[in-house]
Amino acid sequence: MIRIEHVSKDLGEFKLDDATLHIDEGEYFIILGPTGAGKTILIETIAGIYRPDSGEVFLNGADVTNILPKDRQISMVYQDYMLFPHLTVARNIGFGLRQKKVGRSETRAKVDEIADLLGVSHLLRRYPGTLSGGEKQRIAIARAVVTEPAVLLLDEPLSALDSRTTERLRAELARIHKLTGTTTIHVTHSFEEAFALGDRIAVMCGGRIIQVGTPDEVFRRPNSKFIADFVGVENLFRGRSVVHDDISEVRIDGISVVSSTVASGDISVSIRPEDILISKREIETSARNSFSGEITEVKDMGGIVRAVVDVGVPFVVALTKRSYEDMELAPGTPVCIVFKASATHLF
Amino acid sequence: MQTLTPKHDRLLIVFLLLGLVILAFILTPLLHMVFGQLISNRSGLIEAVNDSAVIKSILLTMYTALTATAIAFVFGVPLAYFLARRDFPGKGIVESVIDIPIIIPHTVAGIALLTVFGAHGMIGDPLSSIVRFRDALPGVVVAMLFVSVPFLINSAREGFQSVDPRLENVARSLGASSWDAFQRVTVPLSARHILVGSILCWARAMSEFGAVIVIAYYPMIAPTLIYERYISYGLSASSPVAVLLIVICLVVFIVLRMISAGWRRYDRD
Repeated sequence: MIRIEHVSKDLGEFKLDDATLHIDEGEYFIILGPTGAGKTILIETIAGIYRPDSGEVFLNGADVTNILPKDRQISMVYQDYMLFPHLTVARNIGFGLRQKKVGRSETRAKVDEIADLLGVSHLLRRYPGTLSGGEKQRIAIARAVVTEPAVLLLDEPLSALDSRTTERLRAELARIHKLTGTTTIHVTHSFEEAFALGDRIAVMCGGRIIQVGTPDEVFRRPNSKFIADFVGVENLFRGRSVVHDDISEVRIDGISVVSSTVASGDISVSIRPEDILISKREIETSARNSFSGEITEVKDMGGIVRAVVDVGVPFVVALTKRSYEDMELAPGTPVCIVFKASATHLF
Repeated sequence: MQTLTPKHDRLLIVFLLLGLVILAFILTPLLHMVFGQLISNRSGLIEAVNDSAVIKSILLTMYTALTATAIAFVFGVPLAYFLARRDFPGKGIVESVIDIPIIIPHTVAGIALLTVFGAHGMIGDPLSSIVRFRDALPGVVVAMLFVSVPFLINSAREGFQSVDPRLENVARSLGASSWDAFQRVTVPLSARHILVGSILCWARAMSEFGAVIVIAYYPMIAPTLIYERYISYGLSASSPVAVLLIVICLVVFIVLRMISAGWRRYDRD
């Protein structure tokens, strides 16, 4: 669908260095990296804002490297919305249709439909200046999606929003993607967003793409220390949550984890390795989650040992080297792991 | 414990008092001249209104200044946009060049222009069969253009800089060409700056005297006429014309200011 072959672009402050990426039709693709990694240049190059210094960009098999942005059918959404302040919400959303010479009544119908989908119908006559961040971003998304682009580019679309709005809009993005099936490239520095939304993830650093893979691959098997440090999270799972009595029960690959975070549906789960206790015998505690399995892998990190315990799914447990030695643990030792429902983070 | 507000207020009051001095300094001579004229020498003013040479010179001033502004607009606004959007080595020098007409004495500007646009000048000579600058209308326009164009360029550039280039990027990704994006997004958002710049440019062109008299004493624009009457007949002959010019200018500028103030502002949400 999109192929980026050896694209380089130097803008001085930011750069893109020999980026190669293949993105499939209908995929929700995440580009993850810290600030200054060159993520924005990459997607602006895909959009055609910049001409690469070298390399090619292919869209549906056609070389679009020298095609103007307006002829690429690639829509863009920025972190800080970039709504046209001199136009009403309706005219903002309809901007692309008007550029594409869509008739007036058809434009209105499409604008109404997409505004309805994103829950901004009541704002159509307003000007962007008076709206909240969440409202602005919904409108920016509506404006990008209404033209039915071949590719939707989202540049940190949730980063400027408060956490509640972020969560809601994240669900919205997943819903829109499911509904439209539009190939989406989403740039972020948040591993949560990456993990929750991405079919696949590319991690960028210093203008280079350093790992591409499914969220599981990237988070569980980072191919470099940089990614491990940057991602900084272990025990990430996806599952399906059911809520009863203000407690969420999440099914993950055959095991069931209890969380005090209330959220239902398809969901991501994370537990910090430091929050998991390890014991050789089954112990009775107030903690709601208790599993038995065996140690499969041990990483010595100096004072701290990280042990992988397979209880059906692999959990990473952090403990001090002292306890590790005192308990006489080793790969193959059968153990129990215990963690509290409040240590189970759902997002 | 210090209380914040009274101190804060005292600072503002001191600043206001200092500011009032300068306001008085600007307004006193102008008001004194206008009202002095209206009270003590109304007949002189009526005479000036009926003097065809005066009216002609004022109209000529407005017209030549407008022409200069139009030329400044056509060539200056694109330059302003370019400077707002691109960084390049030597950009600071280009920006300083634009400010040169503001900082040099205007008689010097007039002499410099004359050496180029005069009958034997680099531009004046080859064009001498088509157009004459010395003591002719094109000379007035050239002098006005030289001294007033920086105001339009600087104001328009500020306006363009206030428009986030990513707004243009979004427009372009939505099917707009660079030109469409400029027209439909950038221009509406910087229109106020461009208009204010044009008003300043026109005002500056109308008030130009030094550069104009060097290159074209005739046809006589209003400032030249006022100067000539002052030199030949004294204060009482020149001040009615001056008052008339001030009143006309003020009316025009107040109207334009009102129009531009009525435009929506987008630079602060």
